[in-house]
Amino acid sequence: MSNKKPVLEVRNLRVEFPNRRGNLVAVDDVSFTVNEGEVLGVVGESGAGKSMTGSAVIGLLEPPGRIAGGEVLLDGERIDNLSPEAMRRVRGKRIGMVFQDPLTSLNPLYTVGRQLTETIQTHQNVSDSQARKQAIDLLAEVGIPAPEKRIDQYPHQFSGGMRQRVVIALALCVNPRMIIADEPTTALDVSIQAQIIKLLKRLCEDHGAAVMLITHDMGVIAETADRVAVMYAGRIAEIGPVKDVIKNAKHPYTKGLMGSIPVVGHDLERLSQIEGSMPRLTEIPRGCAFNPRCPEVFDRCRVERPDLIDVGTSRAACWLHDPASAKKTEAAE
Amino acid sequence: MLDFIVQRLVQAVFVMLTVAMISFSLFQFVGDPVNNMLGPEATAEQRLAARETLGLNDPIPVQFTKWVGNAVQGEFGQSYRMGRPVSDLIAQRLPATLELVAVSALIAVFVGVPMGVYTGLKRNSFLSKIFLTVSLIGISLPTFLIGILLILLFGVTLGWLPTFGRGGLTNIGNWETSLLTARGWSHLILPAITLALFQLTLIMRLVRAEMLEVLRTDYIKFAKARGLRQRSINFGHALKNTLVPVITIMGLQIGALLAFSIITETVFQWPGMGLLIIQAINFGDIPIMSSYLVLVALFFVIINLVVDLLYYVVDPRLRIERTAGAH
Ligand SMILES: Nc1ncnc2c1ncn2[C@@H]1O[C@H](COP(=O)(O)OP(=O)(O)O)[C@@H](O)[C@H]1O
Ligand code: SF4
Ligand SMILES: [Mg+2]
Repeated sequence: MSNKKPVLEVRNLRVEFPNRRGNLVAVDDVSFTVNEGEVLGVVGESGAGKSMTGSAVIGLLEPPGRIAGGEVLLDGERIDNLSPEAMRRVRGKRIGMVFQDPLTSLNPLYTVGRQLTETIQTHQNVSDSQARKQAIDLLAEVGIPAPEKRIDQYPHQFSGGMRQRVVIALALCVNPRMIIADEPTTALDVSIQAQIIKLLKRLCEDHGAAVMLITHDMGVIAETADRVAVMYAGRIAEIGPVKDVIKNAKHPYTKGLMGSIPVVGHDLERLSQIEGSMPRLTEIPRGCAFNPRCPEVFDRCRVERPDLIDVGTSRAACWLHDPASAKKTEAAE
Repeated sequence: MLDFIVQRLVQAVFVMLTVAMISFSLFQFVGDPVNNMLGPEATAEQRLAARETLGLNDPIPVQFTKWVGNAVQGEFGQSYRMGRPVSDLIAQRLPATLELVAVSALIAVFVGVPMGVYTGLKRNSFLSKIFLTVSLIGISLPTFLIGILLILLFGVTLGWLPTFGRGGLTNIGNWETSLLTARGWSHLILPAITLALFQLTLIMRLVRAEMLEVLRTDYIKFAKARGLRQRSINFGHALKNTLVPVITIMGLQIGALLAFSIITETVFQWPGMGLLIIQAINFGDIPIMSSYLVLVALFFVIINLVVDLLYYVVDPRLRIERTAGAH
């Protein structure tokens, strides 16, 4: 593990969508930290609450979604209760975000250069020519050939992979401390996914940004992340160093996910080895949310909801690891 | 770019020729104009002489070629009813209509777009709800009724504004304009609002819907995630994208203003083309009707040309694809 300083700390985060029939809880009591220079992978099936967690951290939940509890700290300072204007100044400058689809992330009517310089000049007091120079350097850095020429082109003149490079340049252009990348390669051609992930990782290292990498590709996590958080139905099921989680999963859900050796392109969506599907937010069962699908379920799981329990280097939200219920497991089997 | 303009111009000429043919064929379908002009008591010689001066004895292709040749030079023959050159009548009436349509179009665009943007951005504000409710009225009430209601309110009840005709005119060369005096404007404003109202509400609703759509896009979300200022996101990134589809509709709507101006001119006795054409239709005055048709077509063709060029300026995707195709 690292003894580095935490950059991002999320404590007991809860995200709700109020509606007529009450509150939908999309993210429930989620806590994690991302340390300096670290890549935290976040995996889970679609609808597990990964994107909501990312959006909540960067303060971009779509109303009526709202943070209903918990704290988000950046470099030890709370950012979840800032004024909209103060939070705007945090976004882009101290936390950047990369979204899934590079084809739609760029404004089609502005040149790539204009989008870069606008972002740079929003956060830094630099002249037009200085901003342009920085923009060209960034494009070169993300591997775009002939950046002096490409800077004056429009997004549609770039290929998908090139556009995602531009998006990465945009997210990193004022050297934020933290990058949240929400499925940054899902929309890309498989042949260039690994390349973009590598680029993202190298650039974040060079710019000193910690990364929260949301994906449902276990292969990407295995190759890129230092630690991984597995989410299920709005909660963290297991979190720990990547090697331990992959080789020695503690939570039955994670074990199911790791059923086969992960490689890049191995997609959780298509390879759920576990029977059934994740419950909808309105139908989360009592006790452990995973209990209807869990091969190791026992009585306590249907009554009490497990919190994260330390298990070696990892933490898992599963009663199997609670010393008090260890015997019952055997009894149930 | 040049390619594009030339291509559009060729299309425009083709459209205009087709319209000319239709306009000209009106002459063939409507009964003998000589009867209308001279009345039933006219002698046979008078009729023959009239036919000769009107050129009605020539073969049809000759008549058509002559007609087009003249039309290009702005000559549309003589009005059957008034016995004066159509070009004079039109020249006299055209400024009134063009000014009315232009002012209405400006009102519709410069009030409609900001209202649309506002209601799109402040979806839940009280004012937005008022705008939307009022706009429903604008859309559902017929133009003539709105005109009459405005006349009743501002003309009759309050007595603030004149209710018919033009006034306070100044001449710039042959162009009689209302726009240079306060009195001219006082006559113009009610008909202009009446004419603009429907298009204004339409544009407002369209801009609003489009704005809501654009605000949901990924590039707006990404712009927010980069901490760009709200003002720049709303009025730069979002508004510009909103206007791309709105431009076409605005072009069509400005064309529609010309069509609706007939009603408004009748309600306000505005001495423009609309009033002229209504009288011409009642009388079967073909030269006026056909030249009106040609002018309206010309107006639409020009608007479409402008819209295409605007598209070109606003949307880089069109620009590049064409030049990319060229090399
Ligand atoms: N506007 C909304 N209202 C109610 N629930 C929502 C809304 N948007 C998303 N959700 C729910 O929030 C949950 C988490 O979604 P998300 O974070 O996008 O999942 P993912 O892990 O796939 O990124 C999903 O179950 C989704 O149905
Ligand atoms: S708590 Fe029970 S149901 Fe939940 S994962 Fe552990 S064993 Fe399975
Ligand atoms: Mg997601």
